[in-house]
Amino acid sequence: MIGKFDNNMQFQEVALRLREQRQQVLASNIANADTPNYKARDFNFSQAMQHALAPSGANAAELSTTNPAHLSAGSGAVVGGVPLQYRAIRQGSVDGNTVDMDVERNQFTDNALRYEASLTMISGQIKNLLAAIQG
Amino acid sequence: MSLFSVFNVAGSAMSAQSQRLNVVASNLANADSATSSTGQVYKAKQVVFSAVPVNGAEATGVKVSQVVEDKSPPKMMYDPKSPLADEKGYVAMPNVNVVEEMVNMISASRSYQTNVDTMNAAKSMLQKTLTIGQ
Repeated sequence: MIGKFDNNMQFQEVALRLREQRQQVLASNIANADTPNYKARDFNFSQAMQHALAPSGANAAELSTTNPAHLSAGSGAVVGGVPLQYRAIRQGSVDGNTVDMDVERNQFTDNALRYEASLTMISGQIKNLLAAIQG
Repeated sequence: MSLFSVFNVAGSAMSAQSQRLNVVASNLANADSATSSTGQVYKAKQVVFSAVPVNGAEATGVKVSQVVEDKSPPKMMYDPKSPLADEKGYVAMPNVNVVEEMVNMISASRSYQTNVDTMNAAKSMLQKTLTIGQ
């Protein structure tokens, strides 16, 4: 029974977790808008979502590491199972910084709104369950 | 909760930007100081930012890695009446470029504001999260 409740809310729970992580990445980009040689980063949200919702074992492309000396397949930072990627440069700057504040602010606000949308939906699911219990 | 590290990231950026603003204030205040407490002419100072990981790979904050002195030569001003004048009547004045410092000041305060907004957004998201199921 608990498993059913869990499955019911898993989608929104995963979405909230990934939105939170993306907010953190975008906040880092905004914070480093004046840091020389900083490269703006982001990750592909839909890929991360698919990776998180796929049943375990479905991602056969991952290499298993049976020895601590083995190298992991993804060399860079990973968020929610997908690699953190560098943002494509639109307007380069002399100090090597690739943060475009317009893009970052846009994505930051968009991500925050979608986070709140997920919150509203998970609250709605809980209300539905309560209505079913209390009649 | 990754949202809590947004506070650390934005907070580190705010303290770095306020240190930059501090340096700008010091440069502007000393733009006309012919001599400093060391007896030498005041040299303009600049902060150098570098990125530091906060927790995990994805959160990156900012810190001031060093404060460097401007290497450009002092401005020579002709003022034979000054007690600091050399034998030709010139006084060494600080190499502070006032226009550059004003631009730096505006940039620092705008970046500070942006990080305050980031922090406020994270705060309201967390407060909304607390109301799940109510």
